[in-house]
Parts: sequence; structure tokens; C-alpha cells
Amino acid sequence: MFVGNVIGTVVATTKYETLQGVKLMLVQPLDDEMAPKGDPVVAVDSVGIGVGERAFCVLGKEAAMALDDSFAPVDVAIVGIVDAVTKG
Amino acid sequence: MLLARVTGTLVATQKHPAYAGHRILLVQPVTPELTAKGDAFYAVGHVQAGVGDLVLVAREGGSARIMLDAGETPIHAAVAGIVDMVDLT
Repeated sequence: MFVGNVIGTVVATTKYETLQGVKLMLVQPLDDEMAPKGDPVVAVDSVGIGVGERAFCVLGKEAAMALDDSFAPVDVAIVGIVDAVTKG
Repeated sequence: MLLARVTGTLVATQKHPAYAGHRILLVQPVTPELTAKGDAFYAVGHVQAGVGDLVLVAREGGSARIMLDAGETPIHAAVAGIVDMVDLT
């Protein structure tokens, strides 16, 4: 799992049926120092997050399990809104 | 599974119901010599591991969900144990 900043939204009118009604967000992954790392990814939202907030995300097959219908073509999902990450 | 050092904790009030009651730990993978290697990531803390502990982490959803006794939950990585020692002979 990783943390990223929500930097935008994605709208796709025509999409796979199990993705209907699902909110798509653009997420910039962050490293453990909260610096951007790698390229932005598109994630489905399961918690009602907004642009500018920090997302806790899950990768892989389990990402689809954040949706009501888990038989969905999803590989990144937002499963939390980060309040804080405390190190050390 | 990976050897990793717990380096932090994550707090999220608003989260998927599958995470209710679970601690979310920041873990840094380490080599058998215990030096940091690779990118840190987050894992659900099933056992009572805290910051500074050396842990075993399953970074694969099937194993994580078995440990947590969970069915279809969006959890991809989980701490499987606290390491007492690594013997390199």
C-alpha cells in the first residue's frame, strides 16, 4: 500500500460496466518523506476523497475489492484519507 | 515474504470499513544484514509490532487476507510476525 496526493479527477463516460458510477482520481504517489515519486496513476475512490487531500491507496487485485462489485478492472484504489504519517 | 523495519505509523480517520480496528504501519524493507533496501510501503499490523521492530511482511494480497481472516477486503500487505533474530551462517 502507498500514500499519494490527489491531484485531479478523471471523467470517462464510456467505461466497463462494473466501473459505472465509480469516481476516478489522479494520484501522485509519494515516498516515505512525502516527496513525489514516480508517475501519477488513476485510482478508484472508495472513501469520498477530494482533490488536494492525501490518499491511502492499495495496489493489485485487492484494489478491486474496495468496490461493491469486486469483479472490476481496477488495480489502484483509494481506501483512506490520510490524517498523518508519523515516523520514528 | 520480506524482512522489514517498522519506521512509522499512518492515521486515517476516514477509511474503508475493512481497515477498522487495524493499525497501518510504514515499513522499510531491509537486507538480511539489516540495511535498508528498496522503497518503503504501508502494511496492516496484525501482530503487535511497533516502530523500530524488525518484522516479516507479506506483500501479496492473498497471504495478507488469510492472515487477517478476511474475505474480499482491499488489503494488499500485512505484517506476519516480529523477528527475534536473523542468523546468517
